[in-house]
Amino acid sequence: MTQNSTELAILVEGLKKSFGEVQALRGIDLAVPRGTVLSVLGPNGAGKTTAVRILTTLLLPDSGRALVEGRDVVRDAPAVRRSIGLSGQSAAIQEELTGRENLEIIGRLHHLSKPRSRSRATELLERFDLTDAADRTAKTYSGGMHRRLDLAASLVGSPKVLFLDEPTTGLDPRSRLGMWEIIRSLVAGGTTLLLTTQYLDEADELADEIVVIDHGLVIAAGTAEQLKSRVGGDVLEFTVPDRSRISDAMTAVAPIGEGEPHADKETGVVTVGVGGRGSDALIDAVRSLDQAQVRTHGLALRRPSLDDVFLALTGHEAEEENELNGARAGRRGSRSRGAKRTNSVGTRSAS
Amino acid sequence: MTAAMSTTLPPLRDPGLLVRTRWAISDSLQITRRNLLVWFRVPAFLVFTVVQPVLFVLMFRYVFGGAIKVNNVPGGYVSFLLPGIIGQTAAFACFATAIALAQELTKGVIDRLRSMPMARSAVLGGRLVADTGRMFITICIVIGVGYAVGFRFQNGVVPAILMIILATVFGLSFCLIAAWTGLVIGDEESVQAFGLIWLFPLTFLSSAFVQIQSMPGWLQAFANHQPVTYVINTMRAMALGGPIEANLLKSVAWLIGIFVVFGPLAVRAYKRAS
Repeated sequence: MTQNSTELAILVEGLKKSFGEVQALRGIDLAVPRGTVLSVLGPNGAGKTTAVRILTTLLLPDSGRALVEGRDVVRDAPAVRRSIGLSGQSAAIQEELTGRENLEIIGRLHHLSKPRSRSRATELLERFDLTDAADRTAKTYSGGMHRRLDLAASLVGSPKVLFLDEPTTGLDPRSRLGMWEIIRSLVAGGTTLLLTTQYLDEADELADEIVVIDHGLVIAAGTAEQLKSRVGGDVLEFTVPDRSRISDAMTAVAPIGEGEPHADKETGVVTVGVGGRGSDALIDAVRSLDQAQVRTHGLALRRPSLDDVFLALTGHEAEEENELNGARAGRRGSRSRGAKRTNSVGTRSAS
Repeated sequence: MTAAMSTTLPPLRDPGLLVRTRWAISDSLQITRRNLLVWFRVPAFLVFTVVQPVLFVLMFRYVFGGAIKVNNVPGGYVSFLLPGIIGQTAAFACFATAIALAQELTKGVIDRLRSMPMARSAVLGGRLVADTGRMFITICIVIGVGYAVGFRFQNGVVPAILMIILATVFGLSFCLIAAWTGLVIGDEESVQAFGLIWLFPLTFLSSAFVQIQSMPGWLQAFANHQPVTYVINTMRAMALGGPIEANLLKSVAWLIGIFVVFGPLAVRAYKRAS
């Protein structure tokens, strides 16, 4: 802990929350410096939304502590609410009201004066390219417009810290890119952002730091680059058009890889981490696939994506205790290590 | 860790009761405005709250009215009927309260509003104010239609106004019950089904549409001692004349009871709702 916590927009220590038998959060720690973007990455049910709900004062934690802009989310919830914005899976937008009416009323609920609410609404509508649709009911908006209006609503109170809970889930690719553009401009304006997502490319694209959560625990943390380097170098990837030959292909490339090959049965895409062996591995792969008489498409070597990292971290091939946590912050490691569930970097242990 | 612990900022100073009260009121009014705007833009909603009570008046006046005998009522069945229909209208207004809150809960609207620095009470308060306002308008429409089909207040202006106030307060008390059910059940269809289960018996097994003496004895025992009957009997006496006091006292006692029990229950359900 070199960071002074007064420079932190968000500080979370040992946060736990259970719903009956289900342990949604089993002791997570987070530290987000002001003006940076933290992406909380994890599959459905990993605990992302629970964490956001606690940080936005909607849910009380069972134990642990969470500060937003130095204020305790439990003891000083009203002050926290004054410094945050929340957008994403929930809906602040009233469908039957126009975009402008929605924003004006939210402005009033932030205790802005009537003229100030009005000008703030106009400002935000313009910024989010909704001016033309401002006086239409939100019901008529497209998915992307809707999400933009919802994001605008979360910015009415000029929050210092913004929470975006899966902001692009369900959006088409074009709207998604538009959303990323907007998010980038917000961050450029100095807003601290905590973003949850299931999409690795989104985290890669937007975040300064990524925390991977699975089953209520932080299982890895670092920059996108750091996480990628955990896969242990390059990734060999190819597609098997004949799905019945996937297992043959995996057997053929298994000796080449530094870890277990992974296959997507739907798309027929097979990946395997090959460490620093680079083009040697490529040649070996061509040979053994040829010997096994497996036809492939698009055999190539590439830098690892966060998908590879994620697979390595949360896949079923857990062989060794997770060692990533220790790398970032000691306190994270000790908590995670104590947990029953083990995760591994996968690609390393087999070598 | 200890270093971080010590840098927790102290809680902000409480803005004071006066400021908080002002915010609570202005926030509730904003939510009221939001709810009323929705009401005016959803045609089905408008039909449900305006046309349905009018249909009830016409149906009971002209279809069932001929077959229903009432004794000792100045002005005949239409005079007997109108206070009953108004009571029923006030009671049924709470359907909308329960459904709207359940919808807002499942859609995450309540969550979002709760993450804002607005008064915690405003979502519930604004909902109740909007629904009470809506109910009041509906009551006035029903009275207007009643006048068109032969109903007349026979006891003077002040009792007539008191009757409208009593109906509104009674409707509000039912809105509180409905708010509680909506927030606890949280699923729109279940809320609607549950509404039928408690609202229909209470309104129809009362003195709203028929005189209780016409019911079988075992039913009279229930109908004579339930709040809707007390309230409607009071309203009827206010509209048409006759002894008020006994029924009024029982009505007020019931209403206070409902507010005292379901007010805190609804507030608690709202606080827990998530």
